[in-house]
Amino acid sequence: MFERIAKISLGALLCVFTLPAFAGLNILACEPEWGALAQELGGDKVSVYNATNALQDPHRVEAKPSLMARARGADMLACTGAELEVGWLPILLRQTGNPKIQPGQPGYFEAAHYVRMLEIPTRLDRAEGDVHPGGNPHIQTDPRNIALVADALAKRLAEIDAANAEYYRQRHVQFAARWKMAITNWEKLAAPLKGIPIVVQHKGFPYLENWLGLKQVAALEPKPGVEPSSAYLSGLLGQLQRQPAKMVIRAAYNDARASEWLTERAKIPAVDLPFTVGGSEQAKDLFGLFDDTVQKLLGALK
Amino acid sequence: MSFKRKTLAASIALALAAPLSAHAADSAELAQIREQIKQMKESYEVRIQALEKRLQQAESTAGNALEKAGKAEEKAVQAAVAPQATPPAAINAFNPGISLILSGIYGNHSKDPAGYQITGFHLPGGVLADVSPQRGFSLAETELGIYANVDPYFAGGLNFSIHPDNTVSTEEAFIQTLGLSHGLTVKAGRYFSGIGYLNEQHAHTWDFVDAPLAYQAFLGGQFNNDGVQVRWLAPTDTFVELGAELGRGASFPGTGRDKNGAGASALYAHAGGDVGTNNSWRAGMSLLATSPQDRIWNDVDAFNAGVTNRFSGNSKLWVADGVWKWAPNGNPVYTNFKLQGEYLRRVEDGNLTYDVNVASLGTSTGNYNAAQSGWYLQGIYQFAPYWRAGLRTERLDHGNIDYGVNNANLLRPDHDPSRQSFMVDYNPSEFSRIRLQLAQDKSRQGVTDNQIFLQYQMSLGAHGAHKY
Repeated sequence: MFERIAKISLGALLCVFTLPAFAGLNILACEPEWGALAQELGGDKVSVYNATNALQDPHRVEAKPSLMARARGADMLACTGAELEVGWLPILLRQTGNPKIQPGQPGYFEAAHYVRMLEIPTRLDRAEGDVHPGGNPHIQTDPRNIALVADALAKRLAEIDAANAEYYRQRHVQFAARWKMAITNWEKLAAPLKGIPIVVQHKGFPYLENWLGLKQVAALEPKPGVEPSSAYLSGLLGQLQRQPAKMVIRAAYNDARASEWLTERAKIPAVDLPFTVGGSEQAKDLFGLFDDTVQKLLGALK
Repeated sequence: MSFKRKTLAASIALALAAPLSAHAADSAELAQIREQIKQMKESYEVRIQALEKRLQQAESTAGNALEKAGKAEEKAVQAAVAPQATPPAAINAFNPGISLILSGIYGNHSKDPAGYQITGFHLPGGVLADVSPQRGFSLAETELGIYANVDPYFAGGLNFSIHPDNTVSTEEAFIQTLGLSHGLTVKAGRYFSGIGYLNEQHAHTWDFVDAPLAYQAFLGGQFNNDGVQVRWLAPTDTFVELGAELGRGASFPGTGRDKNGAGASALYAHAGGDVGTNNSWRAGMSLLATSPQDRIWNDVDAFNAGVTNRFSGNSKLWVADGVWKWAPNGNPVYTNFKLQGEYLRRVEDGNLTYDVNVASLGTSTGNYNAAQSGWYLQGIYQFAPYWRAGLRTERLDHGNIDYGVNNANLLRPDHDPSRQSFMVDYNPSEFSRIRLQLAQDKSRQGVTDNQIFLQYQMSLGAHGAHKY
């Protein structure tokens, strides 16, 4: 009898605390876009866990117990860097005792390191709102940045998992070719967007604007992460009467209220962009992310 | 007529000659003027360049949308090129991250805090002073934190607490290993013990102005220890963490001691995880064992005389803790809810010396056995961006106290201290908070203190990462 109880409880315990069954490279992606990219490049040699989803504000993530557990077993981190994860990643690095993912190790991968950063502040003062000293960290909205990060990530995967280096190299070549074609296609489709004036909710799109030639004429947040006052909003409306914008764009994780308020007053459509993989029905992978982004922007132009 | 002609001719000649002569006379001057113009041009060019530079700076700082639009095309050309070189490191580039927490408070109490105590729970004088409420304006705890990696193997940190009475205490000063492998992390120095949930959190991250009564009664607010801590994280997808600590145990419930070996040991286990994308949780069990020597406190004895008593023996504190957080899609920015509760039970046995200063019946030493407990439960709801409201209910159980031979000399009040608190706070940004707290405090037997607190908490400097 006692033996049976012991067996049952041991079995239950094993069910609750299952060891990770996958033997490949364990990658903890801080944001879904890097998780998707790692999956594209790593195929079935990697197991990817996304720390956050597209509906979460990437600035406001917590060092949850589940993330601690995942970081402990990770062979590699794929993160944006540029201080986007400053509120939670340091805890994971300090408290999981995992030597592979410490800064400076091959397992610590920061995407922002491989692209040209925009909006690097010349003045560091919190009175300017939630500014990032390294520049605007939302680099994933320009597919050319994805290509640059893919080059670096493929090399890194090959370095960490040398046995499968050739596999990663081949997948990268294939991905890069497909991606290049896709970019050409998106650029062709998005040609009418060039020079179109837009309003953004949060300053999260400089790379997208840069890519498509969109003209950001105003932001709903007076400063990054700062709530607009009613005086600011009425000033904004006045400005938009003088210089009309075609649409107001927001990320999937943004609250819809602010942009809908503007839609009502300024009579311009609000566009809910996926922002990252998983941010909309169509944005199932990186290709879907930009298909949907371009499509939604064009849709608002009509 | 001829005169007229002559004059005319002369004046014409003059008129013609004048510029000629001017030309001849001033060719050197002209070169000078040219030089001046050139200089002016150059200086204007420098000024224009400076202005252009300033304009560019204005564009990037103010992020003026209009000006930026003009630059958009230019940027598009430079887009997907190699990343820019990082600036050369300055001599202070390796300075550690420094963060400063500033906090001030206004307290309004319906009852005089003089003679404050948590009836039935013996606290040494210094600890009691720390947990006693203050009326009027005062500075709350100012925290100065310094943190950095030492090298690839260690990190270190320091946390000073600057008290309103101009004293400074070292809350934490520790080194810890980085990436020791196998899920192990070793910490040494002074640190907040990993027991319970709230103990390890710095005061500025608490959701109420004060620590729960149970923390005040059993840990003097918060327990820090000088010693060594080892934590092990299990290689599982569910979070499982085991921790053990050995230390000096100088802070309450322990006492300062001059002995080899350890005066405090702690063991704890925590588990946690997610339930769907909306929920996350953590729960744990902890044991803190200390061996106080000559722990002294003031009391009023059965004959209504103020006496000083002393305890030496063993103190064991059990803590069960749990926290549950909810946020739609895991995004806490607009709305979220946190439910948190802890149960603490302390068992002490040893020798109690009654009336050490012979102020009443005279010194007498006997056995002492006590088992007391307490709990709190709190819920914090962020009902709108920037706004949170919270409720906390808590109660202590005076439990059983056996004073042995001193049973007739010391009182055992039949009172279970309790407190109900409500708070609402406004957080204009991640770095600032203004809080209003209303509480009804029944810590003292027969006293109901209605409290109003108004508090600000601001954090400056390095962006700290907060624990779950």
